[in-house]
Amino acid sequence: MRPIRILVAKPGLDGHDRGAKVLARAFRDAGMEVIYTGLRQTPEMIAAAAIQEDVDVVAMSILSGAHMHLLPRVVRLLKDEGVYDDILVLGGGVIPKEDIPLLKEAGIQEIFTPGATTAEVIEYIQNNLKRALG
Amino acid sequence: MSGKDMQDSFNRWQELVNKTLSRFPEQKERYAFDSGACVERLYTPLDAPDFDYEQDLGYPGQYPFTRGVQPTMYRGKHWTMRMYAGFATAAESNKRYKYLIEQGSMGLSVAFDLPTQMGYDSDDPISMGEVGKVGVAIDSLADMEILFGGIPLDKVSTSMTINAPAPVLLAMYIAVAEKQGVPADKLNGTIQNDILKEYIARGTYIFPVKPSMRLITNIFEYCSKHVPRWNTISISGYHIREAGSTAVQEVAFTLADGIAYVQAAIDAGQSIDDFAPRLSFFFNAHNNLLEEVSKYRAARRLWAKIMKERFGAKDPKSWQLKFHTQTAGCTLTAQQPDNNIVRVAIQTLAAVLGGTQSLHTNSRDEALALPTEESVMIALRTQQIVANESGVADSVDPLAGSYYIESLTTSIENEAAKLIARIDDLGGAPAAIEKGFIQQEIMDAAYKYQKDIEDGGKIIVGLNKYQIKEEPPKGLLRVDPAVENAQKERIARLKEKRDNALVGETLKNLEKACKSNENVMPYILEAVKAYATLGEICNIMRGVFGEYKQNVII
Amino acid sequence: MELAARVLDGDKTACARLISLVENESPGYTDALKALYHRADDTYVIGITGPPGAGKSTLTDKLVKLLADSGERVGVLAIDPTSPFSRGAILGDRIRMAAVSGNPNVFIRSMGSRGHLGGLSKHTANAAVVLSAYGCSYIFVETVGVGQSEIDIAGMADTTVMVLAPGLGDDIQAIKAGVMEIGDAFAINKADKEGAGKTYRETLASLDFKTDWDFKPPVCQTAAETGEGVEKLLENIMAHKTYLYNSGELNAKRARRKAAHMRDIVRDRLTRRIERLIASKADVLENGADPYTLADELIKERFQ
Repeated sequence: MRPIRILVAKPGLDGHDRGAKVLARAFRDAGMEVIYTGLRQTPEMIAAAAIQEDVDVVAMSILSGAHMHLLPRVVRLLKDEGVYDDILVLGGGVIPKEDIPLLKEAGIQEIFTPGATTAEVIEYIQNNLKRALG
Repeated sequence: MSGKDMQDSFNRWQELVNKTLSRFPEQKERYAFDSGACVERLYTPLDAPDFDYEQDLGYPGQYPFTRGVQPTMYRGKHWTMRMYAGFATAAESNKRYKYLIEQGSMGLSVAFDLPTQMGYDSDDPISMGEVGKVGVAIDSLADMEILFGGIPLDKVSTSMTINAPAPVLLAMYIAVAEKQGVPADKLNGTIQNDILKEYIARGTYIFPVKPSMRLITNIFEYCSKHVPRWNTISISGYHIREAGSTAVQEVAFTLADGIAYVQAAIDAGQSIDDFAPRLSFFFNAHNNLLEEVSKYRAARRLWAKIMKERFGAKDPKSWQLKFHTQTAGCTLTAQQPDNNIVRVAIQTLAAVLGGTQSLHTNSRDEALALPTEESVMIALRTQQIVANESGVADSVDPLAGSYYIESLTTSIENEAAKLIARIDDLGGAPAAIEKGFIQQEIMDAAYKYQKDIEDGGKIIVGLNKYQIKEEPPKGLLRVDPAVENAQKERIARLKEKRDNALVGETLKNLEKACKSNENVMPYILEAVKAYATLGEICNIMRGVFGEYKQNVII
Repeated sequence: MELAARVLDGDKTACARLISLVENESPGYTDALKALYHRADDTYVIGITGPPGAGKSTLTDKLVKLLADSGERVGVLAIDPTSPFSRGAILGDRIRMAAVSGNPNVFIRSMGSRGHLGGLSKHTANAAVVLSAYGCSYIFVETVGVGQSEIDIAGMADTTVMVLAPGLGDDIQAIKAGVMEIGDAFAINKADKEGAGKTYRETLASLDFKTDWDFKPPVCQTAAETGEGVEKLLENIMAHKTYLYNSGELNAKRARRKAAHMRDIVRDRLTRRIERLIASKADVLENGADPYTLADELIKERFQ
């Protein structure tokens, strides 16, 4: 079976990458190939990386409060490129509960807020991939 | 009692313990700090066999300052209750500052938005969605004039959380003062200006290490001549701890950064007692109350020794580690957020019992969104209750002499000194950062912390134990998205109105200065006065210095 | 349209998919490579290798930017180590390629080494074939860079750039001991750091082990963070390229590469067959015969 390929990105300008890094390590330890793009990623950079790296999952962590601007934009770019149907898009960070339905409507499949465990996130990914690992 | 008698009586007690354990086992097989180091069942004089009061503790206000930097501590004056807060626009912030001044506060604290912290203008495409979100947007001197309009800068002390573009924001502050007729040597305040911890933990860096260190020493030098009352740096362990470090690592990495700044200034030809008294520190207050109290005491003692013995500083003020504290944002839970009030209260006690000079208390809802005014009020009241009702501020360093506290203080100091020695072997903090050593240490600790929570070894109330079903919280603070457009329009108008030839000329001079060995501060000041924008100035420096690339350590 | 045809048509999504197909050895991958191989020589492959911390990614970023800005389509293959325990990997090279990661002329692909030693992954060369068919005129291949001897790159690249830097201590010594021979051009990166001049002179001196160079590897100093010296490095790479073309060495090099590639394929297939054969002989293994006798019998029975 091939490994799951997952892009871990920090859109926007905030530098709080503890959560993203802890998750990236947990993903690796769960056998995934983690493409870690680091801080200050624009939606355009994230979408381009997702396509070139042929990932199964795009996981974005954001704590600056700019999530309503940046996350839906990534989804739109993936849709424009015709790859959204193959990629599971996830968000995480300090995101108010009332924004979550709006983000889901915009195509971010799941949002993980502070307190979510790495095990929970990994299990969600394994159960919700859009493409077979065959 | 002789050492042997003491050991005998301890052994007899140990037999009693063993008898008890056979019938009533303890709740955990092993008690440990977050670092994994063991917490003993009991601490006794046996844990500090060579304890020497004069040498290890001394008196408050005296070397090695274990018990505090002032002789009377909070009996003379409580710590400064400094609440860091961000407001989207300069005008709103200005209103808030005037209100605070009317209430008798003379200490202002400025939070900048992320584009400002990273040297981008509000109209830069990368700023999209971030303008005014976590603080005030400052694009040019025009914004700074509004921010401090009608506030006498010779009467207030202003703390600015700004790092990579610190020279630019400091120059703007000096320029505003000049327009008010206030000379620079009358200005009081602090800039964070600690770039090393940005590479390690906080992420708002711009330039590579070498030019960044130069900018910092340029500021040291400029301020020692022209702005002598300004605190030129706040060497920060706070963000290192937030990134997941242990208490020992927080002390070690912060002081190692401090050593690097001191060395850089000495290498630039400055005399240690000229700049060292203006150095200040910034630490985290985490949940383990007694470990935290010991941490501050250990940091003070270790820094005093470093400054006196390693660098040969002569002025006692150079030996003193003075610090600001903030309660640990990373300990706050999104679940049952009111529990966070209690966590912050414990952390406040830690900071006060550890002898902090100033304190910011976090608000209960910070794991959910930006804090509301009501939450900020509770956080401030927490400090006031500790100050006025708890009694812990009435006597200096009241926990001194506790076997546990003194043993822990010594062990944190020793462990931190060992880590610093390893960093020295790697060539100092900048080299250790470049090699990823510091980031790797922190990452390993952060991962362990998370795993301890996930496997239940570490209990966080409301998160992995005592959970309840909750309604989503209401009334969270939001920033008006119109701020971004308004700020963009302001820049457009500014660029039409100002003398663009003059801007070009000052920027060209700045570029030349960056390429030379000159102090860049006067050139930044000229560009700022010509209303060059923050982004324009930083882009000139990006062109000459290049940009730092993150070292991925996972 | 099938994937290979879409790749030839310059479809980036198909290109990404096909690299995955190859990397995972999914059904159909060899047919796809057969359909694309005629384009393999349309591209020029530049290997970037050197010890950890020398600044390979940052330098690659700057070199790629120069070429992409001049209108070339550039591919990048960056290899990072796969964990032998979890079989997962952290692929973090994009982080230092911010200047080009959004550039439409640039295609970056991160690959886990997936247990392959020697600095590349098993299918790095095949991924380069796909990128070549996609239309990349230059491909940069950045090796794992964990300090082991990474000599595979010399077999795969037309020009191999060895990146060194001051202050890396023993790593440099180790690199020099084994693999100085594979560099066609040298970059002494972090030229602004103390000791850069010394590393530069040492590198120059170490090239004197040979006097009859057909093309003596040029050495230059760079500061990837600011971009200083990067144009000079690109010139040096191009000088080597010109030498290879004019001397006819390029064709010889590529023929050797193809032979090596073929050898890998044959060896790989035979290995699998042998594994199956040995597995089918479990009963024989349990009788008393020694492995040499058993091997003689197997070869006689199946291969002669």
